[in-house]
Amino acid sequence: MSVDLKLYSAIKNSGIDLILSLPCIMLKNLLDLIEEKNEIKHISITREEEGVGIAAGAYLCGKIPALLIQNSGLGNSVNAIKSLLHLFKIPVVFIMSHRGAEGEKISAQIPMGRLTPHLLDLLEIEKFVIDSEEKINHIETAVELSTSAEVSTCILLKKTLWGLK
Amino acid sequence: MGFKMKRFDAIRKIVDSLRDEILVCNIGAPSRELFNIKDREENFYMLGSMGLASSIAFGIAISKPSCKIWCIDGDGSLLMNLGSLSTIANNPPSNLVLIVIDNGSYGSTGNQKTYTSKKTKLETVAKGAGFDSIIVIKNEDNIIPTLEDLGKGCHFVKIEVLPGNAQVENIPLNPEDLKHRFMKSISK
Repeated sequence: MSVDLKLYSAIKNSGIDLILSLPCIMLKNLLDLIEEKNEIKHISITREEEGVGIAAGAYLCGKIPALLIQNSGLGNSVNAIKSLLHLFKIPVVFIMSHRGAEGEKISAQIPMGRLTPHLLDLLEIEKFVIDSEEKINHIETAVELSTSAEVSTCILLKKTLWGLK
Repeated sequence: MGFKMKRFDAIRKIVDSLRDEILVCNIGAPSRELFNIKDREENFYMLGSMGLASSIAFGIAISKPSCKIWCIDGDGSLLMNLGSLSTIANNPPSNLVLIVIDNGSYGSTGNQKTYTSKKTKLETVAKGAGFDSIIVIKNEDNIIPTLEDLGKGCHFVKIEVLPGNAQVENIPLNPEDLKHRFMKSISK
């Protein structure tokens, strides 16, 4: 089974039933799978902060929503994470590709890439790093924590998960 | 021209048109005014996250197809999240009415002008985003008949009003209590 299929299965089995996405080259195959399988409701968004709002609305109706985005979008979501999700204790799972980290070739990705782990700490969002196939089961753990403790969590997908350097 | 209503008058008419709709209300003065006109368990008052009223309402609409959702948004906040119009129009739920009360100003912060007081027309933006049903209301008397006549669909309703806030109290509800009350009411 490919890495992307394993990721897809883990997301589906975790109970996530709404995915709000913006693309990233690292997420291309996973996004294609989500579309092909057509088992999890999937909506493309125009900006990550918007996705936080949609996810909040869905959670209020009993859904388990996730944002599937690049880490650059964390910066676009900061106010909504604090003044909507944290204020009302609305949990959302952020599944993020981590650009701008080890081995990044695009210089523009690096500042936000370096900030991302620290920003998550500042935002008080627990992060689960997936850098190898063995850690894909972190997805289930993160979703369980989110739903049981009403906290947002973040799954950071590293390049090494796909064997990229 | 010649309209005299303010946001408070428009919200009062919206409330008078309500049956069992879920209401998501924009941050600041609109939420305070709604709370003081009529508090209901089915009202979700946005206390922060300016710009996201339409997104929250859309998230509810796609998750609760059996319920009707009305969203009270404002011109300043919608301008902050114009992409939301594209997302909604391209995934149109059959149970959503996006009501934008346009007073051409950032009312909660001292009535500084927004661009809708100049050249920007939100109904044209909504049309470009892909909304099929767009209604503009300028006369207070048309609010109730218009809202009561709306059928199933995804509608964009703009109500033009004058700037100005009613002198009303803050919302005394704790955010978590508000969330639980709202979730309980819509799970019925």
